[in-house]
Amino acid sequence: MIRVVFFAQLREQLGTAKLDVSIERVKTLSELKQHLSLQNPSWESALANTKLLVAINHAYVKGNHALADGDEVAFFPPVTGG
Amino acid sequence: MNDEQLLRYSRQIMLPDVDIDGQEKLLAARVLIIGLGGLGSPVAMYLAAAGIGHLVLADFDTVDLTNLQRQIAHTSARIGVNKAVSAARSLRELNPDIVLDCIETILDAENLAEQINHADVVVDCTDNFATRFAINAVCVAAKVPLVSGAAIRLEGQVAVFDARTESSPCYRCLYEEDSDDATCAANGVLAPLVGIIGSMQALEAIKLICGFGTGLTGRLLLLDARHMQWREMKLPKDQQCPVCGTP
Repeated sequence: MIRVVFFAQLREQLGTAKLDVSIERVKTLSELKQHLSLQNPSWESALANTKLLVAINHAYVKGNHALADGDEVAFFPPVTGG
Repeated sequence: MNDEQLLRYSRQIMLPDVDIDGQEKLLAARVLIIGLGGLGSPVAMYLAAAGIGHLVLADFDTVDLTNLQRQIAHTSARIGVNKAVSAARSLRELNPDIVLDCIETILDAENLAEQINHADVVVDCTDNFATRFAINAVCVAAKVPLVSGAAIRLEGQVAVFDARTESSPCYRCLYEEDSDDATCAANGVLAPLVGIIGSMQALEAIKLICGFGTGLTGRLLLLDARHMQWREMKLPKDQQCPVCGTP
């Protein structure tokens, strides 16, 4: 199972703080995003943001990444304001 | 330090992590604060109060009525005044013991490099990716530590990028240079949020100067103030990073 976590504005936009996805369905981060967008078409634009920050098991990752059973994938919105 | 300074800073000199030695480092330090808005206000006020000997305040913008809800270094009477100048007036009242320089123009590449090269620490309190990338690139080249904070709506981020350390990531390791900014003018921001993030930036700047504790280098802290939840992620250096990676 992959635990997916949404933080800050993403949590409000998507209307959920966390959900689980079967590792049988998604082997990589890209597949996870595709899967989530297919399941929830309204999430597609939010998940397509190239400045979205992604952490796997509390470590930042860039680009695509393999997923393993038990991983936690957290998504964070970009912030620039000052 | 004279008697008045010993008394003024006594409550932090009392801390074993600071002590006389640390306070002297603070008094000898020069910190560049870029942006004197929501983040820059608490950063500048705390660093001035703590006795950073030389603060350089850079902001080309002027104080607007809509700023005053959160930009606490400014006042209603100073609407229309340059933000660096306005902040300097508050800081002067707070601590007449330190040197304050104001830069009221947009920092072009040459001025930015000159200012960063002269700084011990740079605190990025700006509000857009383009400026943040420009500041980061110079800090990496000059090997000057950068304390980066950002806040909007009810969320914030803070990190330290320390190019003096080979393994440190830089701001460009975190974000790609390809999209638009979300502005406070369009998205809103709650007042104390910038105080929280700015205060953490000031604290990290003091730690960098005094050299104690565990810094935020290589870590990114994220705040969801709506649910008052913090998250921390490890932020490794991107070896392919066009700014700090190995060519």
